[in-house]
Amino acid sequence: MPEYAPLDLPEHPKLTHNITHFARALRKAGLPVGPGRVVDAIRAVEAAGFTSQRDFFYTLRACFVNRPEHRAVFAQIFRLYWRDPRYMEHMMAMMLPAIRGVQEERAAQAGEKRAAEALLDGQQPDLPEADTQGTDEETVIEVDASLTISTEERLRTLDFEQMSVAEIAEAKRMLAKLTLPVQPLPSRRGQPSHTGHRIDARKTLRAAMRRGGEMRRIHLTKPRPRWPNLVVLCDISGSMSQYSRMVLHFLHAVANEKGAGWAKVHAFTFGTRLTNITRHLATRDVDAALAAAGQEAQDWEGGTRIGACLHAFNRDWSRRVMGQGAVVLLITDGLDRDDPGALSHEMQRLHLSARRLIWLNPLLRWEGFAPKATGIRAMLPHVDTFRAGHSIATLEALAEALSRPDDAGEKARLMAQL
Amino acid sequence: MTPDSIDATQEMLQGQDYICGRALATVVFLSLRLGRPLFLEGEAGVGKTEIAKALASALGRRLIRLQCYEGLDASSAVYEWNFAEQMIAIRAAEASGGVDRESLKDELFTEEYLIERPLLQAMRPQPGGAPVLLIDELDRTDEPFEAFLLEALSDFQVTIPELGTIKAPEPPIVILTSNRTREVHDALKRRCLYHWVDYPGFEREIEILQARAPEAAESLSREVVAFVQALRTEDLFKKPGVAETIDWAKCLLALDVISLSPEVIADTLGAILKYQDDIQKLQGSEAKRILDEAKASLEPA
Repeated sequence: MPEYAPLDLPEHPKLTHNITHFARALRKAGLPVGPGRVVDAIRAVEAAGFTSQRDFFYTLRACFVNRPEHRAVFAQIFRLYWRDPRYMEHMMAMMLPAIRGVQEERAAQAGEKRAAEALLDGQQPDLPEADTQGTDEETVIEVDASLTISTEERLRTLDFEQMSVAEIAEAKRMLAKLTLPVQPLPSRRGQPSHTGHRIDARKTLRAAMRRGGEMRRIHLTKPRPRWPNLVVLCDISGSMSQYSRMVLHFLHAVANEKGAGWAKVHAFTFGTRLTNITRHLATRDVDAALAAAGQEAQDWEGGTRIGACLHAFNRDWSRRVMGQGAVVLLITDGLDRDDPGALSHEMQRLHLSARRLIWLNPLLRWEGFAPKATGIRAMLPHVDTFRAGHSIATLEALAEALSRPDDAGEKARLMAQL
Repeated sequence: MTPDSIDATQEMLQGQDYICGRALATVVFLSLRLGRPLFLEGEAGVGKTEIAKALASALGRRLIRLQCYEGLDASSAVYEWNFAEQMIAIRAAEASGGVDRESLKDELFTEEYLIERPLLQAMRPQPGGAPVLLIDELDRTDEPFEAFLLEALSDFQVTIPELGTIKAPEPPIVILTSNRTREVHDALKRRCLYHWVDYPGFEREIEILQARAPEAAESLSREVVAFVQALRTEDLFKKPGVAETIDWAKCLLALDVISLSPEVIADTLGAILKYQDDIQKLQGSEAKRILDEAKASLEPA
């Protein structure tokens, strides 16, 4: 157990102080807590009195939490802050995923890690940083074992590491970038317009009735635009593990962004089998969503069978989620050992049923990447857009690409090398 | 008179040549008894639409069908004014001189000029009792219509600004079907009794085929059903439904086939498989292999 400096939390100050500190911790964990709320909370506690800890908890929660997905984090911070000193030790141990010498009595719960980080700020051991390596000029010679496909399939459940404060900040940044101008589609519904081509007879006649049957003008409608759906197929096999976690955070952000221009976001993970994680990405604490998705997706970091998984998707899901003209985001490195003919066939079918097929491949981050692997050669002809996607920067570029209907990314360059 | 037990429901449907399993009969019975809409989901051609027809004719009710499509809106689902007639009426009133502006409105927006669409028809009293309202392929509409439907199905009334509110004297028997080309919203499903209509087993499919294509010889029916059942275990993009089985049997009858052979199958494959990929899979020896399997399964053990 490493030594930690004692936390700078006041021992017996006034309640006001304590609540202010508590609000700060909440803010660090990502809850939107402003000074106005703190004042409200202090007043509320005074009004409610100190009868029991439970009342105190609910009083504070009523003041500080206004979204269901924040409840878990709030509960953890509350427990940490107001209750149990031994809990602190447990949290300290939790912060050491790499050198876990302490025998954990239980696994980390959703929100715990964020709570711990918020409170233990500045005294934490090294946390795995989010991969923020941009597309900068210096070429790093990486000997990356993730380029080798695992030969034996390892089916096991893996708990996604919980999201850290830093990652949430990143995800939010991406989110801000993601209010992207998707190309809207014309729907069959109409909206009033002076330049439309269809006559709105009902409206025209009602207007005429107001003038005693005299028609002043014809009311017209034009097609109302609608937003396309987004379908995400994310590879979570071993060769993609570092990367797919980040992408899942990103997906969680996309799925919960209201009005980002996507009607619906469907998400699937695949490795050795296909899993639908759409529901887990909806309105939940990020940690809880990822943990649930982790339980669903049994093959985290196993091998890859892209062809078989795409086949399963085409057979079971494609008609259910692509019926309304969806944009498909395929996130995989394309390293697949199955029969390339079958893979090519499935890719073709996927391409035919999608409005647009975008392939994000983290391998593109290496200079001089060439489409040598058979899987990549089989898939490349069937995508509309081929882009890198290994960092925040490239995901931002993706947002930009989505707004250009003719963007093909790196596809042309690589097709020339086939 | 609605049936008073699950068995009675099953028998009633059987009287209409609709053979269904106990699970489906239970759901139908409950939906009639509780007055809840019935939400049937399943692959194409498993008999979702048929059940509404069978119910309507068994109960002696009128069947009102609303076929959904993308962009379906209230004017094609509930009511529409007959604009052409209204325009003519305005012109006629002008020609005869002395248009009374106030009364014109009252004259033009009356039942006479109202075109009733399926949802409104279902709320009108019908001879023989509340009609069966079939909302077919709900997944092909969009979410705004779904939200509208949610409201319409909860109180069975429609408000027309010029005429006021029209309320159903007794709620219609509502059956919704979906092919799952889109996931229907949970809120709508919650209001309904849900049933996933699956492909029938071997014996039941034989019964269905005998009810629907009684002129087929029993040996041929058995072969047809065994082949289709075997086909459904293959990895196909679109598995053949019961409707395809019946179609195929009728095709074979039209060709005077008495027994299946690989050549006959190759010639009539278009009746059961509707995707080129699937048809290609069955070229050559594959069809023969499945046929042999099917025939082997028919041998008395």
